[in-house]
Amino acid sequence: MADDVTVPIAVDADIVVARGEGRALAGRLGFSRTDATLIATAISEIGRNILIHAGAGEVEIGRDVDDHRVAIVVVARDEGPGISDVERAFQEGYATGSGLGLGLPGSRRLMDEFDIETKLGHGTTVTMRKWRDRDPLEVVRESPAR
Amino acid sequence: MPVPILKQGDYLIASIQSALSDTEVLELRDDLADRIGRFRSQGIIIDVAALDVIDSFVARSLRNIARTASLRGAVTVIVGIQPDVAVAMVQFRLNLEPLQTALDLEEALALLDRHTRGHGRDGG
Repeated sequence: MADDVTVPIAVDADIVVARGEGRALAGRLGFSRTDATLIATAISEIGRNILIHAGAGEVEIGRDVDDHRVAIVVVARDEGPGISDVERAFQEGYATGSGLGLGLPGSRRLMDEFDIETKLGHGTTVTMRKWRDRDPLEVVRESPAR
Repeated sequence: MPVPILKQGDYLIASIQSALSDTEVLELRDDLADRIGRFRSQGIIIDVAALDVIDSFVARSLRNIARTASLRGAVTVIVGIQPDVAVAMVQFRLNLEPLQTALDLEEALALLDRHTRGHGRDGG
């Protein structure tokens, strides 16, 4: 989709780029400034997780639409070591790298959906969505084009 | 781009101009630690109004700056947390304690003046 942006994550400045792209797309999709900041903050945490735990990866930002809602979708992928105990990774303060162990549980609270797929030795993919209700006019305006 | 740090009397004012990478946040920490010693500063104000996000790393770094400063006898005040950033911090459950915060520069200066009993600013 035209809205999709993929930001490679290799150095910490890339995290700033990724969260900026997330904020920009959130704005284009009609999210409030506050929601855009929640999304940017979650991207920042997840992007940092890639750097700390895998060294490199990518963040893909796109959108999802259903009849009544629109979502911003953030997919963070790496081919790092994976997470051996996902349950524990979501416990507050459980840190293995140089992080605080706040990233995953905190980000999950900022977004509406949060899925994590991980395989030891193969990497981790985090998929997060935040939804916004579309107002009926918006849906009507778009329908002839679809 | 390094964060400009102004010296006003016995206070240092760090005015963040744009979104910062983690490396730049650490540079700010080191710059402040260096200057507190050099100028014998009693108070530090960090203006975060231009920060796009305050995530766990930034929050921890700000707390570390304040702890380092406090070991050297200086008080740190954070100013300019934007309303949307504040909402995100609450929802994330990020804590800036024991950091002091103020709404703007004027309030921060008044807070520091109370802490340093008005001796902080030259002629202030």
